[in-house]
Amino acid sequence: MAVATAGRAVRRGSLRRGDQLTGWAFVSPAVLLIAVFGLIPVVWSLVLSFQQTDLTSGGTWSGAANYTKMVHDPVFWQAARQTLLYCVLFVPVTMALAVPIAVLLNQKVRGMTFYRMAVFAPLVTSTVATGVIFSWLYNPQIGLINAGLDKLGLPQQGFFQSTGQALPAVVGMTVWGWLGFAVIIYLSALQNVPRELMEAAALDGCGRFRAFWKVELPLLAPASSFLLVWLTINALQLFDEVYVTTKGGPLHASTVLVYYLYQQAFVNFDGGYAAAIGCALFVVILFVTVIQLWMGRRTSHYEAG
Amino acid sequence: MSQTTLAPPHRPTRIAPRPRPRRRRPSPLHLLLVPLTVVMLGPLIWMVLLSISTEAETRRFPPGLPGGVHWHNYVDAWNQGPFGTWLLNSTIVSVTCVVGNVVFCALAGYAFARIPFFGSRLLFVAVLATLMVPFQIVMLPTLIVVRDLHLTDTLGALIAPNLATPFGIFLMRQFFTTVPRELEEAARIDGAGRLRTLLRIMLPLMGPTLATLSVLTFLNVWNDFLWPLIAIQSPGNMTIQMGLQNFQGSHLTNWPVLMAATVISQVPVLALFVVAQRFFVRSIASSGFK
Repeated sequence: MAVATAGRAVRRGSLRRGDQLTGWAFVSPAVLLIAVFGLIPVVWSLVLSFQQTDLTSGGTWSGAANYTKMVHDPVFWQAARQTLLYCVLFVPVTMALAVPIAVLLNQKVRGMTFYRMAVFAPLVTSTVATGVIFSWLYNPQIGLINAGLDKLGLPQQGFFQSTGQALPAVVGMTVWGWLGFAVIIYLSALQNVPRELMEAAALDGCGRFRAFWKVELPLLAPASSFLLVWLTINALQLFDEVYVTTKGGPLHASTVLVYYLYQQAFVNFDGGYAAAIGCALFVVILFVTVIQLWMGRRTSHYEAG
Repeated sequence: MSQTTLAPPHRPTRIAPRPRPRRRRPSPLHLLLVPLTVVMLGPLIWMVLLSISTEAETRRFPPGLPGGVHWHNYVDAWNQGPFGTWLLNSTIVSVTCVVGNVVFCALAGYAFARIPFFGSRLLFVAVLATLMVPFQIVMLPTLIVVRDLHLTDTLGALIAPNLATPFGIFLMRQFFTTVPRELEEAARIDGAGRLRTLLRIMLPLMGPTLATLSVLTFLNVWNDFLWPLIAIQSPGNMTIQMGLQNFQGSHLTNWPVLMAATVISQVPVLALFVVAQRFFVRSIASSGFK
């Protein structure tokens, strides 16, 4: 041991200079790429938000005009409200469905590999394909879901074509797409619950349901706090499914922030305003991330188990 | 008397199917699992059913099963859109990004974990910071960067921004910090350089982590939609997702052909998923990343 440390100390001096060079050589390709496509654009985005630009030619400074416009833009606030509503619906529904499904998929039943595959398959289905499929499922004239409602004697619904239902319909579609992800996170948390813990609960006369409620569910807390934040961050970035299905309509009823940003940049060619919307969204996402770091610190002691 | 004569034949019949009784009555959990499967697979099954229907069959209400298998929808879809080109473009972009991430992130992750060099902490924090920045925030300046690099409307525009990701660096660095130092120190005392140590000692251990990185990079790049949408204009350079969306615009009312196109766009990833389901799941579970 003493010999080893001595040897290391001797070598350290001679290797230091080489390490400087090797270290930089190893990180520079990746760091350069991330600087060009990640770090610089963040700052640039902030700069753009104070400019008047169509993104194809140089911009002119416009001070805080884009932000003033944003504050007074009713469609922006509608998009912000709808994004919030989307998060408030999408995140809890996904999580609430994922827990029982994860528990179900954690049982020893014949054919479980197949059942799991069925639940995880939507996860690898692309957002565009999801949008195409649900356009048909939700179709007011020929769709499967309206056929089901018809069978039950219920009136047919407009879904994507109704101002009141477009956003909830998007929630239904994206929950289908994301459920598998939440289930995987819960499932791996359940599989990390020490078996001795459940055996001890059983020995103490704890029923299966009570054991789940008192032992397993509290141990899912770190997974829940992770999902809460991760799903929220992703929900705030909703775009693909809206673009493919409702195009933000009808009458802006499903316009969410990123969709509005896209419209401003590539339909109205108002790049500066789009950048300002992006910066506003970034502040919200940063806020959620900070909460995650704070919660992670609070709940991390569970994960030791 | 009758009892003793009956007993012997009874015994073997009871012994032979012994493993059976436990399985004879299916678990009541199937009553929950089957409806769940129907809901989760239903949309995908209907996608396939519609893709083999006739156009008239897709217009009936309520919808029903197709009368026969009409493969010509696939032929029509394939002939009406350059799906071969789009699939090839997606493959080129995804595979290049996977290779880029594996090489660049492994090198950077190793350096950040093990090589003490000036500024490494600061650089790593900067990389981590970009991990928190959603793509939608930086896409407008990235578009300008891509234009300045003369990559607009090329596959390069799709590859360059995804060639190395902060997530990949983070994942690789986490892995290297778990490898015992003694392993590489032995190699270094024998005179091996850093790169040699990485290739000879670390590479054989990196398999599962590199595979996780590859799977997640592939899935993300293959299914990416927003970036190709704004970076590509010519149909010849579109990816399969963007191509499908483009195709949808011109075939809104022709459901069988549109669904056949959707199936075509999903087959590569779904096939990969069915073959390596466990692996996909493990990758997502271990990294908490979709």
